[in-house]
Amino acid sequence: MLIRQLSMFIENKEGRLSAALKVLADNNINISALSLADSDEYGVLRLIVDDADKAKQALSDSGITVATNNVIAIVMDDQPGGALAALQLLSQNGISVEYMYACIAKVTGKAIMVVRADDCQKADKILGDGGYDTVDPGEFYRI
Amino acid sequence: MAYLHEKIETMPREELKKLQSERLVAQVKRCYERVECFRNRMNELGLTPDDIHGIQDISKLPFSYKNDLRDYYPYGLFAEPMENVVRVHASSGTTGKRIVVGYTENDLQMWSECMARMLTAIGVGKDDIAQVSFGYGLFTGGFGAHGGAEMVGATVIPMSSGNTALQIQTMIDFGATVLFCTPSYAMYLAEEVERLGVKDQLKLRVGVFGAEPWSEDLRQEIAEGLGLKAYDIYGLSEVLGPGVSCECEYQAGMHVWEDNFIVEIIDPDTGEVLPEGSTGELVFTSLTKEAFPVIRYRTRDICSLITEPCKCGRTHVRMRKPTGRSDDMLIIRGVNVFPSQIEEVLLNIKGDDITPNYQIVVDRVNNTDTFDVNVEMSEAFFTDDVKSIKKLENTIVEKLRSTLGISPKVHLVNPKSIVRSEGKAKRVIDNRKGKI
Repeated sequence: MLIRQLSMFIENKEGRLSAALKVLADNNINISALSLADSDEYGVLRLIVDDADKAKQALSDSGITVATNNVIAIVMDDQPGGALAALQLLSQNGISVEYMYACIAKVTGKAIMVVRADDCQKADKILGDGGYDTVDPGEFYRI
Repeated sequence: MAYLHEKIETMPREELKKLQSERLVAQVKRCYERVECFRNRMNELGLTPDDIHGIQDISKLPFSYKNDLRDYYPYGLFAEPMENVVRVHASSGTTGKRIVVGYTENDLQMWSECMARMLTAIGVGKDDIAQVSFGYGLFTGGFGAHGGAEMVGATVIPMSSGNTALQIQTMIDFGATVLFCTPSYAMYLAEEVERLGVKDQLKLRVGVFGAEPWSEDLRQEIAEGLGLKAYDIYGLSEVLGPGVSCECEYQAGMHVWEDNFIVEIIDPDTGEVLPEGSTGELVFTSLTKEAFPVIRYRTRDICSLITEPCKCGRTHVRMRKPTGRSDDMLIIRGVNVFPSQIEEVLLNIKGDDITPNYQIVVDRVNNTDTFDVNVEMSEAFFTDDVKSIKKLENTIVEKLRSTLGISPKVHLVNPKSIVRSEGKAKRVIDNRKGKI
């Protein structure tokens, strides 16, 4: 299953990151997963939240540049080589990963990796066929 | 006192004014006959050359403007046929289109002489080795300094700008005693000399710096850093190039060579000539220029004149350093930049990736101008992709560089984030005040 992710353009200026997070807090939106990619002058803040539509509206209303897109959340074994096996499966099938980040799983012995692939639909199918669970949106948002 | 032409440089003011009057009458007649733009303006005011009897009538004459050079691009304002024009120079205009100026053989001679008078005054002569680190090319700096230095018999190193390591090596190896460049580049050279620890290998004793605003503090720093005496020079290509006015050995304002130019100070809003000593816009009339003469050219530089006699014995009026501009032109690293040029480039960026909202931020850090342009991205542009942001920034930088001749740093910012006041965005933030 594909999961909706929010991406925000954050200029490298004091308080910009806090301002974005404050909008979410004020709107009672909970963050399930987070990653911040940075360059010299700006960052891209990526989040998975419990209500993507509400979050997008609230951020946009506050003047923050925000877009939504799809990612996959792969459930993998929390042990050495766990991430490698999943990535090998994707690369063997010609899927490129654009970026990825990990988040906490509440199930003991499991880890979750959020992956943005060049073809998320196809990646989702390959992972399913390869015996991986991908987190269902409804379930993820409750993490 | 050393003079190049003592008789002219120390001419009593009454005589000088008489000379100006004769030359003005002749120049007005010549321009009226040969330059369509000027003739039309005279006709609009119901004037003919017969109405101009001397400098007392100058305020009757119409002004000319930088835009005229664009409207009559490239040669429409020349008063000589191209067969008599031996050189052109060009600089940036208000809308990205270059402005072109021309010189006859006599004009080049006059230009060199203006520079040479200064060099003689400050003791530069045939025993000197002059490194010209102004850019050579369409910019007037390099060739202007070159002509003057040759005229006084100095050995000229036509170095041009850039490649700082080679500049310093050349100064050392060739034994340069005189340096010409922009003040900010001189400061940069001074810092590099300090870093390399080679100050004691330099033979520099005189520096001639201009083409951008600079302060007395910077003058001191350059003087100490390079071990020379630093002189100020003023000019603009529309009037001549560097050498329209120059400091003498007393460094008490820049002498305008009044046998070649009439200088006025006017109110930039009303166009009224202001009383002696007032601060206002500098206006020049070129009396002896043949190929591209200007009548009452509005420089947009804000300045005042010193009419008291100078200790050097020269009778020609002195101008103080210009304190600002009456238009929105910025001088960044010696290059003229108009906000409208930037606007035009941004409007021509294809697609809907950016909005036409931008902000120019200029500052001076370590004596070098910084130049940043913030551009709002459109709502639709941002997806999730870091690479495309960088790519768009690079595209904008490249387009601005090719239009302006210098590279800004471009920053994409959030849509609607550039502060607007009364519905209009503040386009330019110049933080250099007090630092130059």
